[in-house]
Amino acid sequence: MNKQEFLSALRNTLSALPQKDIEERITFYGEMIDDRMEEGINEEDAVAEIGTVDEIKTQIVADIPLEKLLKETVKPKRALRAWEIVLIALGFPVWFPFLIAAGAIILSLYIVVWALILSLWAIEVALWISVIGGIAVTIVFFVHGNYIPALMMLGTAFLLAGLSIFMFFGCVGASKGILKLPKKASIAVKSMFVRKEIAK
Amino acid sequence: MDAQLKRGLLDVCVLAAIKNNDSYGYKIIKDLKPYIELSESTLYTILKRLEGAKMLTVRSTEHDGRLRKYYHITQYGIKRIEEFKDEWKEVISIYQFVIKEDQYE
Repeated sequence: MNKQEFLSALRNTLSALPQKDIEERITFYGEMIDDRMEEGINEEDAVAEIGTVDEIKTQIVADIPLEKLLKETVKPKRALRAWEIVLIALGFPVWFPFLIAAGAIILSLYIVVWALILSLWAIEVALWISVIGGIAVTIVFFVHGNYIPALMMLGTAFLLAGLSIFMFFGCVGASKGILKLPKKASIAVKSMFVRKEIAK
Repeated sequence: MDAQLKRGLLDVCVLAAIKNNDSYGYKIIKDLKPYIELSESTLYTILKRLEGAKMLTVRSTEHDGRLRKYYHITQYGIKRIEEFKDEWKEVISIYQFVIKEDQYE
């Protein structure tokens, strides 16, 4: 890919961004390619060193806050006409429930994520309570002279303790993984807006 | 290196790269290459952030028949480097502690 092809591909990919941002980035990447070529690197290699358009796009999308992206892409390109305003007002009973539904879905996703984490840790806590219970029963059996059942209870308590230690690391890993989901989801949602704009 | 640690270091690295002489994008990347890997997109974001924080200023100068952007450090940028040096003393003392505890193991 030569410099012109690369920059126009980049321009297409970024078309949803504000015009000023696009120009600035195009100038920036163009200068980077020129500086490399000045050092004697040939055009194709200089472009390749910058990375692919997709890589750049992913990074840019991750850097921009969703609100800014929405404002730029959803914003109408011209002032609304009177009949459009009337239509939006009349359509209120239709679009308002949809808006609430969308909000409810996002809220429920958050609740599900936290409920998952909470339930994992609840199992972990329950295991530890069983361990304490097991040791208490062991002591009771021991005091009453029931050595064999006491030994069995102690074994069970140890087994549960082992299981809960094992589970603890599982819980930590799962919590970290689950907490990363909203970030991944936000990148996915943002990408959707950028892509939609290009399709037009 | 941990992504968050690297992010914090990169800002100061870029400031240090323009501290003594004004510099331009590709030169900053080349100067930092032996120390820390820095992609074009990351550099762009950092330069924007530093410009927004008034730690550097940008000017376009003609070079070889085209424009090239030069970055110039401001007093806030220099102050940030000084702050970093102080912060780093704390990091070094933490490092010494970690090393010491490691030896007794």
